[in-house]
Amino acid sequence: MTETKPNYDDAIVKKFIFATVLWGAVGMLVGVIIALQLAWWPANLGLQWTSFGRLRPLHTNAVIFAFTGNALFAGIYYSMQRLMKTRLFNDTLSNLHFWGWQLIIVSAAVSLPLGLTEGKEYAELIWPIDIAIALVWVVFAINFFGTVAIRKVAHLYVSIWFYMSMVITITILHVTNSLTMPASLTKSYSIYPGITDALVQWWYGHNAVGFLLTTPILGLMYYFLPRASGKPVYSYRLSIIHFWALVFLYIWAGPHHLLYSALPDWAQTLGMVFSVMLIAPSWGGMLNGLLTLRGAWDRVRTDAMLKFFVVGITFYGMSTFEGPMMSIRAVNSLSHYTDWTIGHVHSGALGWVGMVTFGMLYYMTPRVWSRKLHSDGLATAHFWLATVGIVLYVVSMWVSGVTQGLMWRSITADGLLEYPNFVDTVTRLVPFYWIRLFGGLCYLTGVILMAYNFIKTASGPQVDAASLETAHV
Amino acid sequence: MSESSHRRVLEPNATLFAILTTVGVSIGGLVEIVPLFSAGSGPEPMADVHPVTPLELAGRDIYIREGCYNCHSQMIRPMRAETMRYGAWTRAGEYQWDHPFQLGSRRIGPDLQREGGKRPNTWHYDHMKDPRSITAGSIMPTYGWLFEQKVANDDIIASINAMITLGVPYDADPASWVPANVEAQQKAIVADLATTKREAAPDDEIVAMIAYLQRLGKDGSAAIAAKSTP
Repeated sequence: MTETKPNYDDAIVKKFIFATVLWGAVGMLVGVIIALQLAWWPANLGLQWTSFGRLRPLHTNAVIFAFTGNALFAGIYYSMQRLMKTRLFNDTLSNLHFWGWQLIIVSAAVSLPLGLTEGKEYAELIWPIDIAIALVWVVFAINFFGTVAIRKVAHLYVSIWFYMSMVITITILHVTNSLTMPASLTKSYSIYPGITDALVQWWYGHNAVGFLLTTPILGLMYYFLPRASGKPVYSYRLSIIHFWALVFLYIWAGPHHLLYSALPDWAQTLGMVFSVMLIAPSWGGMLNGLLTLRGAWDRVRTDAMLKFFVVGITFYGMSTFEGPMMSIRAVNSLSHYTDWTIGHVHSGALGWVGMVTFGMLYYMTPRVWSRKLHSDGLATAHFWLATVGIVLYVVSMWVSGVTQGLMWRSITADGLLEYPNFVDTVTRLVPFYWIRLFGGLCYLTGVILMAYNFIKTASGPQVDAASLETAHV
Repeated sequence: MSESSHRRVLEPNATLFAILTTVGVSIGGLVEIVPLFSAGSGPEPMADVHPVTPLELAGRDIYIREGCYNCHSQMIRPMRAETMRYGAWTRAGEYQWDHPFQLGSRRIGPDLQREGGKRPNTWHYDHMKDPRSITAGSIMPTYGWLFEQKVANDDIIASINAMITLGVPYDADPASWVPANVEAQQKAIVADLATTKREAAPDDEIVAMIAYLQRLGKDGSAAIAAKSTP
């Protein structure tokens, strides 16, 4: 599998890799800061620009749209050229896409601490930035479908299906959820009223998880895992089934964020039922990934890149088991409003999205720079720091969430609330907030090691592509 | 569709593939969201729940700006422990004039759906300035800048105009009635704060914030209480 690069645009891939690592470190640093604020409130600094309520949206937007977004664009542009044996459709569009996206990130990083927000979780950015996102997304879509149109391979490989589902669905979600009535250049009000707004928002929010943090990552898994392991995808049939099932089922699951809310019951029930069904296609993807490694497990022991993929896919399986479980009303009555949700999100984000992204970056970086990875040891250290960090994070949030949920509902023999003072259910969590902070720090340290490793790699001596293939496959 | 026809028919045809994907991802959203706009299957309206006043709307804007929803919910679930702690569970109609919704998803602090009228204005004044002066062990940030920054009538009028466009039943021509309305409510709160020796200028943001917090859930609570009176 020599990858002679007839005419591939790897310069754009390099740019997106650079942005991924940079914004990943920034977004996770903000995460560490807000984790500290919950453990030790003076870290809010008494300044409006650094208070938790303003920084938390900055963290979520940065890791979702800046870290993951750039990672997806890097991986998609790298893999689709090779899968279609053609250069990207248009270099100008590629660069417009890159710089437009970075401009959006910078404007988000400025506007959110200033308190400029639409007040909808994971869709906080103000309307002018929303329009910019839509425009840049259209640039990306034209470049994507343009490349599909000029492809030199007739069949669309499974990765492309998943990428396509992202391009289409994110367009629908972003446009529908962002419809808003401006009151000024920086302020606007969602056009949907009350509980309808809540449903539209969680239809968007849940499917941003589905079509930004899940399906495209699966597409990347289907490209990079066979490349990294040298093994073909386990089952073509399974990939067809779980792709179409995911595409159809995912979109229904949004109302599980609104169980026991004032949302009409029929919508809650639909959300719950479809969420439970989602476990099937999700595990289809997980199994197809893990079974692709059959016969290559001995290499997982020595190859850090494969370790990232294995742990990432395993976390995908775990969080897609946990998610449907939390969508069951009885479980949700305990988990909702608690840190259990935060733990669940991070087992998906740090575990699945983060680890697969790292695996992919360790695959691409030496290849696009035509250099040998500076240090395998540092990559292994990164892997262990990340893994330990995730475990500390997720376990502390599980314990914290269940603790608080149980305290809220605890009733004494006399029929009174056992913990009538809400703050007692908060102070109990502070030790777990310190553990979470430590876990997050481990994870961030790993990313910094990776950044250092990549800088040294890019500035190392050039080698020819063929030797990279033998070194890593 | 069999494996081979997927390969033969669908995979070489990107347009068809994209269309089918679009159809696939659209169905669920359409089935769940569209009925919410129709009277029978959507949220039940509540005649006695009215839009917030202009000053309360300014307070709500501050609530949104500070990201209060990151730590506080406005949604009481129909469960014993919740209604004991917070009050009547939330009805959909209580949100009918809310743009955007502020249900929240995480209670790092308590639910605020029934906060209106629960505590004196001075409590909120002190609490926003220094939460720990009221609640030992609180992890809430301090909000000193609300005591320095001002709300502006022009901004409130622009907001009311946007709300009118969205169908929220405010009187037309807000420029003609908003300033007096705002002033009256500001004065009442400032005067009440003065009785406990708390100083605030009428246009301080904290006054708008208190106005909003004191309104939270009030109409709904009254409507629910009226309905359930034996």
